[in-house]
Formats: sequence, structure tokens, C-alpha cells
Amino acid sequence: MQLTLEFGGGLELLCNSVKIHNINVDPQAEEEKLTMKHLLPWIRTNLIKERPEMFMKGDSVRPGVLVLVNDCDWELSGQLDTVLEEKDVVVFISTLHGG
Amino acid sequence: MAAAAKPKNGRLCSICNDRRAALKRPKTLEQICRECFYAVFEDEIHKVIVENQIFKPGERIAIGASGGKDSTVLAYVLSELNRRHNYGLDLFLLSVDEGITGYRDDSLETVKRNEIQYGLPLKVVSYKELYGWTMDEIVKLIGLKNNCTFCGVFRRQALDRGAALLKVDKLVTGHNADDIAETVLLNILRGDIARLSRCTSITTGEDGPIPRCKPFKYTYEKEIVMYAYFKRLDYFSTECIYSPNAYRGFVREFIKDLERIRPRAILDIIKSGEDFRISASTKMPEQGNCERCGYISSQKWCKACVLLEGLNRGLPKLGIGRSRVLSNEPNKDTKQTNGTKNMQSKQCGTLDF
Repeated sequence: MQLTLEFGGGLELLCNSVKIHNINVDPQAEEEKLTMKHLLPWIRTNLIKERPEMFMKGDSVRPGVLVLVNDCDWELSGQLDTVLEEKDVVVFISTLHGG
Repeated sequence: MAAAAKPKNGRLCSICNDRRAALKRPKTLEQICRECFYAVFEDEIHKVIVENQIFKPGERIAIGASGGKDSTVLAYVLSELNRRHNYGLDLFLLSVDEGITGYRDDSLETVKRNEIQYGLPLKVVSYKELYGWTMDEIVKLIGLKNNCTFCGVFRRQALDRGAALLKVDKLVTGHNADDIAETVLLNILRGDIARLSRCTSITTGEDGPIPRCKPFKYTYEKEIVMYAYFKRLDYFSTECIYSPNAYRGFVREFIKDLERIRPRAILDIIKSGEDFRISASTKMPEQGNCERCGYISSQKWCKACVLLEGLNRGLPKLGIGRSRVLSNEPNKDTKQTNGTKNMQSKQCGTLDF
């Protein structure tokens, strides 16, 4: 499944300062659907090059990191249970910096 | 979760019932679309401004602008509301250059862009000009602990200096609800009763050189970031390189965890802060003036003068630590050296009013 990921608010620094990533992920073997719950650890393993604790805490993103799927707050689509589809755009924005 | 519904086409905005919901407001848990979000966001800030009588027509207002998310959104929204509701204000951008390479120089570029994008005149004041020291030089001397103490103290004065140079009536800053809730908890953790009683006021310093206001006092950080994101506002977003050691970081982490469980906690902490009453028998520091520079101070010398003296005499610990209440010993023997000036020392700013 092709997805586009965007990192903002300083998170891009964790991925070699690259803001936009076009990736290809396959759902887990037994499940047919790819959810955010699976995508997050994939990102941590494959894209996050340093300080993973700035991106994730436990199973989810670090509190203070906003997540938008196709420009919609993931709180509306069930957060970790959000189902991802082909060509979806996922945006991660950190709010944890000076204003 | 909604079984067969595709998340993307899921909900309609609970306000207009017409467009697709784009975010969930932490304040109210409402699910609303972009357009309604812009409207409630801007309208709530307008109400805060009006109900708290923050401005008077004809006033000159400096917006403390760092190029970061809060001050950029503040400049944008205030500009817009000034036009829309005829506040009659003369707005300026005021920026402080602490001299932190790789952080401040980049964010100042953003403010310069904001100056053009929003059409607001910009003034920059620097620590180097005002105090003879950049933060980088200070950190070289004192190491990585306590930098934020220096920077915070110097910045407050720097903003006042800048505001005086611009001849403005008030200063506004982008402190948001999350920031204020953090400050309330920070002051509780430190037992700083004096600050605790002041930190939730939407306007402070009315008895000092320049009153300061925080129109975003009840605005959630999440909403500020969402607003900036949807509107594609240009802001700079990197953590200050010296900040990982700041105490506030722990409180911020705590508040973010709280917000996840119960988003209203942030506003509720502010409410608790507003409604605290100090026991009548508690001794509070009295506010007077610094003997060296005249700035407002509850000690003989203001904090900036003490810190600066420490830097210039190679005593980086001067003014740091628990010696708060009766801390005049260092001042007694430094008074004699008042006349000593070296290449790097400067008075911390006599304010002419």
C-alpha cells in the first residue's frame, strides 16, 4: 500500500530532516487491514533515525504530537484504530517547541 | 468504533451539519469542520479580548514575535480581528535576538517573513546590544544548567526595552492555555506563592513599565497548531538547543499526559490558579525598584542586574539557587565596584519614562 507521510513541527529532524516520505507498507500477515496501530511501529523502525522517544510513547505517538489522516484529526477516526487505505496522506505535527 | 463506516467520510460538523468534520476540539470535544473551526477559534479570542477589556482604541501594541507557532498565529489573528472588529489598534512585531546560533537566527528569518506577509512593522532587540552577552557566550561561561534562568530574565527586560523604543502602550504575547497551566503547576512545585498569585492574570505589569496581555490564555496549543496548519501559516518549529534541561519540560510532559486522559484538565488547572487565595498570614515580597537600574524588583537589585554582575565578575552562580528572600549579601560588596566597566559589561538598562 502506497502512503505519503509528512513530518512537521520539528519531527522531520528525527528522519534526517526529510519532511515528506513516500512509502510502501504491507498489512500484517493475518489481518487484511492496515491500521495506525501497525503503521506507527513501522515508522519507528524504518524512518526514525534518532530519539524515537520524541515520536512514540508506548503504543501511540508521544503526547503533544498531532496526527492527521487525509487532513482530518485522527481523534475523529479512532486514533490507533484508524484504517488506512491506498494513497492516504498521514501528517504528524509536533507541538512541543517554543511559540 | 463505527463498524462499516469509512473514517474519512464519517462525521459531519456538529455546528454546520454540512461539511465534513476535520478536528475534535479538546476544549469541548465537538467535532467540527475547518470553516467552523476558524470561526469559533477567532470568535472566542475576540470574546476574550472584549470581555477582559484588553485593548482601547488608538493604542499602539507590540506583539512579542519569535517566529514560533503561537506568536505567528497571534500576529495573524490579531491583525485580522483588528480589521474585522475595528479595534483601532496600531500593531507592531517585536522580536528578541538572544544570540543562539542555529535557533534564533533561523526563527528571526521567519519573523522577517511575517513582517512582509502580515504588513506589520518589525523591531528586533538583541541581548548583545542590551547586555553585552549572547546566550551562546553565557552558556560557554556557565554550562548547560540554569541557562533558562538567565534567558528568561533577560528576555523580559529586553521586551520592555523594545516596547519602550517602539513607544507602545501594551505588549501582547502568545502564551497559550497549555503554557499557563504549566506555569501554575511549576509555581506550586516551587512554592512560589508570589508568582502563583499573578500568573493567571490575563493582563500583568500594569504597575510597571509596560502592561502585558495574553489573549491566548484560554486557547489550547493543539488548536493553535491546527489553525496554523490548515491556514498554511509560516512558522518556525525547533526546540531551543538549550531547553532539554529546563524544569518546565517535566511539567509539560505531565500536562500532555493529562490532556490525553481528560482534555479539560488544562482549563481547569487555570481556573484553580485563578481562584487560589493566599492566606492572610503569608508574608509576600513587596515590589519596589532595582537600585541599580530602576527596573521593577522585589529585591534591592533586580534579577537581571544580579545575573549580569555574576557574568561580568566570572561568578556564574550569583543569583542562582535558593537564596531568594534575604539575598542581599552579594549586593553589599558589589556596590563598591559599581563604577567598574569592562568591555563587556553594560548597565542592564535604565528605562527613561
